[in-house]
Amino acid sequence: MKILHEHLLVLLATLRRLRLTPGASLLNMIIIGIALSLPVGAYVLLKSVQQLASTVTDTPQISAFLDAGKSSSELSTLKNKLENNERIAKVEFISRDAALQQLQKSTGVADMVGDLPKNPLPDAFIIYPQTTDADAMEALYQELQSWQQFDQVQLDSAWIKKLDALLNLGRLATGILATTLSLALIAITFNTIRLQILTRRDEIEVTKLIGASDGFIRRPFLYFGLLQGLTGGLVAWLLVSASLWLLNGSLHNLTQLYASDFHLHPLSLPDSLALLIFSGYLGWLGAWFSVSQHLWQIEPR
Amino acid sequence: MIRFGQVYKRYPGGHEALQDVSFDVSKGEMVYLTGHSGAGKSTLLKLVAAIERPTSGSVLINGQNIRAIKREAIPALRRNIGLIFQDHKLLFDRNAFENVVLPLQISGFDHREAAKRVRAALDKVGLLSREKANPIALSGGEQQRLCIARAIVTRPDILLADEPTGNLDAEYASEILNIFKSFHQVGVTLLISTHDQNVLQRFPARALHLSHGVLKDGADV
Repeated sequence: MKILHEHLLVLLATLRRLRLTPGASLLNMIIIGIALSLPVGAYVLLKSVQQLASTVTDTPQISAFLDAGKSSSELSTLKNKLENNERIAKVEFISRDAALQQLQKSTGVADMVGDLPKNPLPDAFIIYPQTTDADAMEALYQELQSWQQFDQVQLDSAWIKKLDALLNLGRLATGILATTLSLALIAITFNTIRLQILTRRDEIEVTKLIGASDGFIRRPFLYFGLLQGLTGGLVAWLLVSASLWLLNGSLHNLTQLYASDFHLHPLSLPDSLALLIFSGYLGWLGAWFSVSQHLWQIEPR
Repeated sequence: MIRFGQVYKRYPGGHEALQDVSFDVSKGEMVYLTGHSGAGKSTLLKLVAAIERPTSGSVLINGQNIRAIKREAIPALRRNIGLIFQDHKLLFDRNAFENVVLPLQISGFDHREAAKRVRAALDKVGLLSREKANPIALSGGEQQRLCIARAIVTRPDILLADEPTGNLDAEYASEILNIFKSFHQVGVTLLISTHDQNVLQRFPARALHLSHGVLKDGADV
């Protein structure tokens, strides 16, 4: 309880000190906030795209489209042949009429389809391979392409793979951005605390002379770093949330045209908390480095 | 309480500040430290407060050897020593009360108890009415008394004073010596460095005389 009270006093003193130099404090918070908002923004974007990608099925499949005018016996022979292929796990037949109905159900193009004089779609097989690794998929794809009965064969998982690779690239870039800007945050705090230690040299010297432990002297600086990091994190949160709100407004107009409900997800509660804890921790860490680097140099003479 | 045994202090560059200094100050004793400026008085006090360490010999404070003391043990040692500086070392970004309460905050006192003690200490040095004043608004004598209040507020066993009357006229100096006397009466060990002969004559006590770093343990002057 007593310890708690002491810490509360230090916290209040630190807040007073922040208020003594409102301009500089505010500027620092904004700098930290902007630095943090970049990786956080990128993270939000990635997460939204990832969520969009995961709504699309990612079981790899091959679509094989047939030439028009195949008789039903020809179709069943072909189906048997496919099903007997040991590389294929499952075959699904989608007739041209079924495909048209499906298309009519999906929004956006219904009007267009209704106006068509005749069904332009071919019959198709959806083929699920036995093994789904890239090499096996490619081999099966090559084989099916050589079959005369098919007009066109399509490897449906290809674009998901590309998107996945792209997302991985994005994740890596965000990671690099987050790491460098975290280092920047530590550096900013390091420097602020260094300046504070220099200007409060007399106070540190006197408190050492009257018996203050290193911990007692260190505490207000650590609190300052923590608070600065925390408020920086808060600024970042506000920046990202405001940007998302603005972007989602205009994004809504755009996605409506594509009949999609894609939108950027706001920061979730765990993510927001993680951001604040992380930024506070980084501030604390910067202060700690600075204090352990500079405090021992100030010994009373 | 304070025991020096064949203490040498040599500074980088070869200056011998103290040479073969040995003496004892027992508990509750009041002792002057005299000598010209540069004779080693300040160095000797710094050794007692563990601000510096002896080059050789032993400095025992309350049984603790300063030569071998661990860095982490120094704060606890200093909390038992009240330091009074010639240049006061007050903090000008806070008022008199806040200056005096600082040692109690360091020791983790309950703030109500601390406020009581601060007022008692300020009362003792006659500055109770000035508790809200910034030290910069105080006279030289008042600043010195404020420094004393800060040194005694934790009720330490040992008081060290480095030229406490150095910059003061005779009247202020007497005031301060009277304050020291009263601490002596309640059993505080005092070591006061001074080159002021008036002080020695008006408040006689045992004196240690330093001359170019060599000690002559004088009788009462």
